Amino acid sequence: MSAPIRVVLNGAPREFPAPLTFSELIDELSLAGRRLAVERNGEIVPRSRFGDARVADGDRIEVVIAVGGG
Amino acid sequence: MNAPEKIVAEDALVVAGKPYRSRLLVGTGKYRDFDETRRAIEASGAEIVTVAIRRTNIGQNAGEPSLLEVLPPSRYTILPNTAGCYTAEDAVRTLRLARELLDGHALVKLEVLGDQQSLYPNMPETLAAAKTLVAEGFQVMAYCSDDPILARQLEDLGCVAVMPLASLIGSGMGILNPWNLQIIIDRLSVPVLVDAGIGTASDAAIAMELGCDGVLMNTAIAKARDPVRMGAAMKLAVEAGREAFLAGRMAKKPYEASASSPRSGLIAPAKAGEPKGA
Repeated sequence: MSAPIRVVLNGAPREFPAPLTFSELIDELSLAGRRLAVERNGEIVPRSRFGDARVADGDRIEVVIAVGGG
Repeated sequence: MNAPEKIVAEDALVVAGKPYRSRLLVGTGKYRDFDETRRAIEASGAEIVTVAIRRTNIGQNAGEPSLLEVLPPSRYTILPNTAGCYTAEDAVRTLRLARELLDGHALVKLEVLGDQQSLYPNMPETLAAAKTLVAEGFQVMAYCSDDPILARQLEDLGCVAVMPLASLIGSGMGILNPWNLQIIIDRLSVPVLVDAGIGTASDAAIAMELGCDGVLMNTAIAKARDPVRMGAAMKLAVEAGREAFLAGRMAKKPYEASASSPRSGLIAPAKAGEPKGA
């Protein structure tokens, strides 16, 4: 019934069968429980909003973590 | 006799109002694995550790340990950096993500690079990013060139620390222009930390003897043959350099020797015109 959505996730195209929240996205990516941060179309998506903010068709999404660096 | 330890403990580095016992800040890149990272940083005694922000590898890292499990924010002050950013806009976006990642943590290391060969800082972009970040409430420690005027501009913009390079990032070439560093140290009120170019312990000691408030390094420890041992060496070097700075070195007397032993009481006293003993 709902149309699939296409996004660009960390620079790569990705398709989901139906609209989903950011919580569902994080689960889908097996990243639940990890310390990460998310940006959508250049704006931060706060973790407190993951439950209700929804991924929209055409979104450019960045999911980042801390890594070793100087 | 533990007086020197006491002096070190009391002589805190204060950044953005928060005191730190260690004046050595370290990066977390280029280690063989997380275990080596953890052990070398522990040996260095560093309290502030800088980390990079990168895209997570989707679907490839489930169950892998993460850097912040090895270096927990409860124990270390995590200093997210903008390594690899070439524009003010990318640096600002990266640090907004970092602040979200670290639950609102405001202390950050700004670094905007000019080109991939030299990794030399792009100062116009660094200044632009600093302005935006300070306005957004970040506490900015800014990596910069050793130009005293630009360093001063970063302070005027509200950066909490200014971090000129000693030489190129990862070059291990040591302090190439102590005179510029000295001018920056003398003229700025915020802490001045040498960031980049340290190769070995004596470089760190020299930076501290100049009066730097601290030193930030990564490759010198990570790419030593024994990084854990070099971490410990750098801790001692930074402490020794700081203590020497506070102690105040003797005046240089290039044309005049001065015997350390008494000139009188020799069993074979020098006659007039003969060389005097040291």
